[in-house]
Amino acid sequence: MATEAHSEGGLAFHPLDQFKIHPLFGEGPIQWYTPTNVTLWMALAVICIIALFVIGTRGRAVIPTRVQSVAELAYGFIYRMVEDVTGHDGVKYFPYIFTVFLFILFSNFLGLIPGSFTPTSHIAVTAILGFGVFIAVTVLGFVLNGAHFLGLFWMKDAPLVLRPIIAVIELISYFVRPVSHSIRLAGNIMAGHAVMKVFAAFAPMILISTIGVVVTPVSVLAITAIYGLEVLVAFIQAYVFTILTCVYLKDALHPGH
Amino acid sequence: MATETVAAEAAGAAHEAGSAGMPQLDFSTFPNQIFWLVVTLVVIYLILSRISLPRIGAVLAERKGAITNDLAAAEELKQKAVAAEQAYNDALARARVEAAKIVAEARAEIQKDLDAEMAKADAAIAAKAAESEGRIAEIRAGAMEAVTSVAMDTARELVAALGGTADAAGVNAAVSARLKG
Repeated sequence: MATEAHSEGGLAFHPLDQFKIHPLFGEGPIQWYTPTNVTLWMALAVICIIALFVIGTRGRAVIPTRVQSVAELAYGFIYRMVEDVTGHDGVKYFPYIFTVFLFILFSNFLGLIPGSFTPTSHIAVTAILGFGVFIAVTVLGFVLNGAHFLGLFWMKDAPLVLRPIIAVIELISYFVRPVSHSIRLAGNIMAGHAVMKVFAAFAPMILISTIGVVVTPVSVLAITAIYGLEVLVAFIQAYVFTILTCVYLKDALHPGH
Repeated sequence: MATETVAAEAAGAAHEAGSAGMPQLDFSTFPNQIFWLVVTLVVIYLILSRISLPRIGAVLAERKGAITNDLAAAEELKQKAVAAEQAYNDALARARVEAAKIVAEARAEIQKDLDAEMAKADAAIAAKAAESEGRIAEIRAGAMEAVTSVAMDTARELVAALGGTADAAGVNAAVSARLKG
């Protein structure tokens, strides 16, 4: 153990360095307007979205090209999700939901490029998304339904004695929503990337110690497996965030369960 | 495992000294991230709502319209085909009825002609038969007469040959009586 500990001193464990935010140009304090790696990778996400949804669809072909059919597929996927979950009157919020979905999806996938930065791994970003949805849905609920929106917390089909208790539970779960909504996304992405980085740190073991004959192949295999999982997670988390947004929106549009 | 955690902790500690633990919890970067996030979301929203979504929506609607039109056209053509088949079958049935009628008419006409010819032939045959019967009767009468006279002659001759005197009138009467009997 002692020798191992000594040899591992040569390995570099910095699983969280990938989440560091630094200015793109020069050094110095990060002001709110400073172009940082956050700016860079968000801009790349925007460029990918432009490539897919503006350049890819510029033919407006009735028989689509491959890129256009991918764009149409994404459009149809989210459009149907919004329509299925929120009903027909939720369709007018589709552009907002699609914006959020595409941002998360492209941030997640661009983050899988080795050496990249993932904006959605930061709680600051996902909290703004989560609380943005929460505030928008709550305001919308009161604007559309007035006081009836509070019916969301008052179960009419529960026994009268239980109703206040259920109301309290519902109220707490309602305010926990944005927290779980945002931490779920940031946590998943961050954990996955950190785990990959930890395994990556073990990969050069073979250069340091003979035990590396075992450790290096295992860690390379593990990186591969986790990477595959992360590809899945990148899509699933974008999907989950979007469908939960739709579910919350449905509560605002039709609070009467 | 223990060494791993030790190493990780060491790394974490080194980190903490540098930039206060997880970069996610470094609040000094929050305004920056939030600002750029809002900029990004607004840009994506504008691109989508101004350019992409109307465009894709229009393409999808157009495609749906084209498909609907094509389906309607196909349905129409199918109807036409069915109508044409119906018309063909009708025409066929009508032609069959017509043919049957013509056959029946022809048969009736032939039957009529046949009946007329048959009647004519029957009449001719009847006339011929009547005529022949007349002639046969005539011949029979002639034959009977000849038989009578031959019998009378023979009887007279027989009487004479037997040495009697033939009373011609008596012999004749006897022969006639005998012939009637």
